[in-house]
Amino acid sequence: MSDLTKMTLADARDALRKRETTSVELTETHLKAIEGAGALNAFVHHTPEIALEQAKAADARIAAGDAPDMCGLPIGIKDLFCTKGVPSQAASAILNEFKPEYESTVSQNLFDAGGVMLGKLNMDEFAMGSSNETSVYGNVVNPWRRNGDDAALTPGGSSGGSASAVAADLCLAATGTDTGGSIRQPAAFTGITGIKPTYGRCSRWGTIAFASSLDQAGPMTKDVRDAAIMLKAMCSFDAKDSTSANLPVPNFEAMLTGNIKGKTIGIPEEYSMDGMSQEIRDLWADGTEMLKAAGAEIRHISLPHTKYALPAYYVIAPAEASSNLARYDGVRYGHRATLDAGDGITEMYEKTRAEGFGPEVQRRVMIGTYVLSAGFYDAYYNRARRVRALIKKDFDDVFATGVDAILTPATPSAAFGLGEMKDADPVQMYLNDVFTVTVNLAGLPGVAVPAGVDAQGLPLALQLIGKPWEEGDLLNTAYALEQAAGFVAKPNKWW
Amino acid sequence: MSIDEKTAARVAKLARIKVEDDQLPALAQEFSNILGFIEQLNEVDVEGIEPMTSVTPQKLYRRVDEVTDGDQQEKVLKNAPDAREGFFAVPKVVE
Repeated sequence: MSDLTKMTLADARDALRKRETTSVELTETHLKAIEGAGALNAFVHHTPEIALEQAKAADARIAAGDAPDMCGLPIGIKDLFCTKGVPSQAASAILNEFKPEYESTVSQNLFDAGGVMLGKLNMDEFAMGSSNETSVYGNVVNPWRRNGDDAALTPGGSSGGSASAVAADLCLAATGTDTGGSIRQPAAFTGITGIKPTYGRCSRWGTIAFASSLDQAGPMTKDVRDAAIMLKAMCSFDAKDSTSANLPVPNFEAMLTGNIKGKTIGIPEEYSMDGMSQEIRDLWADGTEMLKAAGAEIRHISLPHTKYALPAYYVIAPAEASSNLARYDGVRYGHRATLDAGDGITEMYEKTRAEGFGPEVQRRVMIGTYVLSAGFYDAYYNRARRVRALIKKDFDDVFATGVDAILTPATPSAAFGLGEMKDADPVQMYLNDVFTVTVNLAGLPGVAVPAGVDAQGLPLALQLIGKPWEEGDLLNTAYALEQAAGFVAKPNKWW
Repeated sequence: MSIDEKTAARVAKLARIKVEDDQLPALAQEFSNILGFIEQLNEVDVEGIEPMTSVTPQKLYRRVDEVTDGDQQEKVLKNAPDAREGFFAVPKVVE
């Protein structure tokens, strides 16, 4: 048997069904890979006992002929998902010691399908960040390095642990969440595939909230087929999430024909930004040619409000975060500050939140508080929500003219060095999400597909944006792009 | 828009986050930078556009108003930093 950690979900599923390996063997091999990869700091809570118990149960199911697609497959779970009895702290000190008494719907769906949890994955604190440098557990390191250079690079964020773990073959796949690009940007930085489905596809119940109108879970996988397999297992209608979509979940994998003849692909002129590197421009042009060669019609389109997506996002997301994070008060769960004599409840709140939240989270909670405060609500929050409506309308208008999917770069650059942005203005870091954030504001599905490497040997990705609820069609276009791009590079193991 | 230290202090108070006085100038500067970035939104003509309330057109579904959950006091209190006699405990609130 070849190296079990190099398998895709589909390979491992098929090998399990043919009895060429067992889930216990797959799981033990991955647990060993995780043990040897401490330098990446991707897994932050290890759950080998749960994994082996789930693996044994999966093997029994397979033996009994009841093997759903995810049955017996070892995966990692982002720390943002509440997992029963296992630390779930959104990489924040304020949730120190928190062990949920319940399971998130997404992780429960994966377990019901036979998935095996290897452990919890590092991330930016409360999913706020684009470099995985805001985590209470410390930075995640990208398994990729520049040619001839040992400098530690960011895996992106916020799902940086998920991205690093999948790229380094520590798990077959991982869950991520995406509020402004947190699945797609780290997938792009690590040469893996990541899809954010349509808002409402995955239940948000039990996923620690950042910005509720934007948050969506999704899979981070080694290829497009795996994304289709795992996405189907994650999605469901859930009465516990009032924004969950009561729609059937199609068999996305069955829709991967690779045939995109007659499809119309939009190329939005506004995504050609000043200062964009020639490498990214070339990658985008190459991707366009590949889809054209595969039989798609290429159409130049305009999404006129693109420029305003980031500023609108930086009103709406902090506003929702300030409201969502009000629950961390030192009363019901998590950290409570040690109080001085005479301190009352207000001091308890203020000291607890100052100690428990890191600087970026504090910054966003306070920005959110400001834009929602009396006198500014209309000027900032309502204006941003109006602009959001216009951004969505841009997409609606384009799709109404017959465009099936939109091709853009996934990120403005390849992975940058850890610490490189330390002295930069927070706004500079926010620019990482410039191509991805529009998709969250419009609630659309978006997928990052690795499509090449830059001059320094680092992976680069393209993004495809689809119509609401058309993840199957979107993944099929992504599959065609993947086949044409033929991206097979892997990081050299140094950890 | 430039944010002064007094405004920064007020926002920190509203957010219930303790910020030391010597941190206020840097915080005010950061707020000013971020709000400066956000102010691009003023260029957009939003006349007649309703603020978005839901990204997908949907009506909240309804269910029968009945108890579906409960009797989980122990679980609810399990993660509390200070729970006593079946209650969350907090510092004295009234004199």
